[in-house]
Amino acid sequence: MTATNETQSVGQDAARNSEVSGAEIRLEGVVKRYAGQKTPAVDSLSLTIPAGEIVMLVGPSGCGKTTSLKMINRLIEPTSGAISIDGKDVRKQGHDELRRHVGYVIQGGSLFPHMTVEKNIAIVPKLLGWDASRISDRVDDLLDLVGLDPAKYRKRYPRELSGGQQQRVGVARGLAADPPVLLMDEPFGAVDPITRQRLQDELLSIQRELRKTIVCVTHDIDEAIKLGDRIVILQEGAHVAQYDTPENILAAPADDFVSDFVGSGSTLKQLSLARVNEIDLADWTTAAVGDSAAEAIRKAQTVGHDAVVVLDNRGRPVAWPWLRQLRNEDRIPSYDPEKLHTLDSRATLNDALDTMLTSSHGGAVVTGDRDQYLGVIDFTSVTDHMRTLEQQAAAATDGQARG
Amino acid sequence: MWQFITDRSDQIVYNTLQHANLVIQAVALATVIAVALAVLITRVPRLSGLANALSAIGLTIPSFALVGLLLPLAGIGATTAFIAVTFYAVLPILRNAVVGLQGVDKTLLESSRGLGMSELTSLWRVRLPLAWPVILAGVRTSMQMSMGIAAIAAYVLGPGLGGYIFTGLAQIGGANAVNYAVVGTVGIVIVALLADLLLLLLGRLTISKGIRA
Ligand SMILES: Nc1ncnc2c1ncn2[C@@H]1O[C@H](COP(=O)(O)OP(=O)(O)OP(=O)(O)O)[C@@H](O)[C@H]1O
Ligand SMILES: [Mg+2]
Repeated sequence: MTATNETQSVGQDAARNSEVSGAEIRLEGVVKRYAGQKTPAVDSLSLTIPAGEIVMLVGPSGCGKTTSLKMINRLIEPTSGAISIDGKDVRKQGHDELRRHVGYVIQGGSLFPHMTVEKNIAIVPKLLGWDASRISDRVDDLLDLVGLDPAKYRKRYPRELSGGQQQRVGVARGLAADPPVLLMDEPFGAVDPITRQRLQDELLSIQRELRKTIVCVTHDIDEAIKLGDRIVILQEGAHVAQYDTPENILAAPADDFVSDFVGSGSTLKQLSLARVNEIDLADWTTAAVGDSAAEAIRKAQTVGHDAVVVLDNRGRPVAWPWLRQLRNEDRIPSYDPEKLHTLDSRATLNDALDTMLTSSHGGAVVTGDRDQYLGVIDFTSVTDHMRTLEQQAAAATDGQARG
Repeated sequence: MWQFITDRSDQIVYNTLQHANLVIQAVALATVIAVALAVLITRVPRLSGLANALSAIGLTIPSFALVGLLLPLAGIGATTAFIAVTFYAVLPILRNAVVGLQGVDKTLLESSRGLGMSELTSLWRVRLPLAWPVILAGVRTSMQMSMGIAAIAAYVLGPGLGGYIFTGLAQIGGANAVNYAVVGTVGIVIVALLADLLLLLLGRLTISKGIRA
């Protein structure tokens, strides 16, 4: 199987490729007691993580999230208990061999500063003995997957990248050898909120394509709700307070600890569960970089649009200029895509509102797999949808009260 | 003075090359030894106190004394000079190598393990390259220091520019005393500068652009 062929076809059609490539992880009675500790950091944790899902580990600081995560790839050896990936006991494999097949991504990306982006991503494929041309193709493909132009970023050093870009390369490095399992420890902890939302959107988009088993540690319940197919809420000693889908945790917190942790305003949080793809997107006039500007303006005016969504040569939106900004141009110029704040189709309505508030268009551009342009979402459709959800929720509770 | 130099140009060139050769080879070997020791020390923390003590004591042994100690073991000759110079050359490199290796970010080391690098791969591809600028700074210090020490060794043990300095000192008041001393000293300074330039160049070539200051 060559990863390249597989992923190149994907940009066009996600559904075709959405077979689960992840593997099930099981933890059984796992204990970790650090030397000199009275109470174990992880006290008998049992957990089954289904193949192809994102499971978020959340909990207060020091509750044992990182310890639990690192026991999966044996960066920390459990004191007792058993861990298996795809039915195979992790202790039966050499730890280096194991780790080459378990992606590992930590805060900030943790890139090696003396290696270029390309070299950083190539580490595991090289350890696995891939040949040079296969590695090179894979690097291009991964950079594309995480939304970085290979031609521009391959040869850069980490210090020549922004924090968000470093984090993207960190994710690419973790996915390099196409591991069935990806472990992430507060991957988006070190970036500003806007970048964080983008990176989260990208992870969702990547996961839609790859269907890995992802175990992700965070201390941010909103991040857990947004990214997780399931959430594990941990208490001191890595005791599982609740393990369920975000919907169920919000609707029925298991105990006071969980409801405190999830926080008040959980009806508001219910709204944050609603995703952009639940709403019909509006079509918008598009033009490609290099097209005739006059032609684009004419097209927009016939349908009454006052702006044009500009797509690059791979169909990714890069800008949303007003018509008056294009009047002096002969051809549609190229833009820095970093400046356009887009939404992934799996972004939450909360994210959508945040994004729209910072946009002068009163709307936002929505993207799908590999940042392909999907359409535009506007303020009224989001608020309408939220109102409908609220009415449904009210009707449901009414019904419960009466029945 | 000019006459003095042209009369002996062949011999001066020979001695200069001999001096440079001795020092560069000694420092090269010292680098290998120092880095190997530093790797050992940073793996076994208990050794680091021992290493510090040894290098402190080492630096206080006068070079003449060391040469004297080595004579019965290695005899008179280039080998003894080489051992003596190497011994001193190790010390500054060792200190920098330990600092450099210990200074590598622990999360990067954990990442390298997390990606499935073996200890050795991680050392070779992560720790050494990241510590290299600091190690190389130690090599430069060591190179400068060794130039002087080689002069002393050469006086006792054979060819090299050191011989000129001591000939000059021994003949104070004599016809060519100043000439000898000046040729020896200036020769060493020039060799030292050239060697330093070479090391700077080596740095440009071997320190990754991603971590160059
Ligand atoms: N190497 C270690 N030696 C001893 N104790 C440790 C070690 N690492 C972690 N601990 C302790 O184990 C407990 C769990 O630590 P862990 O790092 O897993 O917490 P965490 O949930 O990831 O916290 P945070 O959200 O702050 O990252 C803490 O009490 C911590 O102090
Ligand atoms: Mg942690």
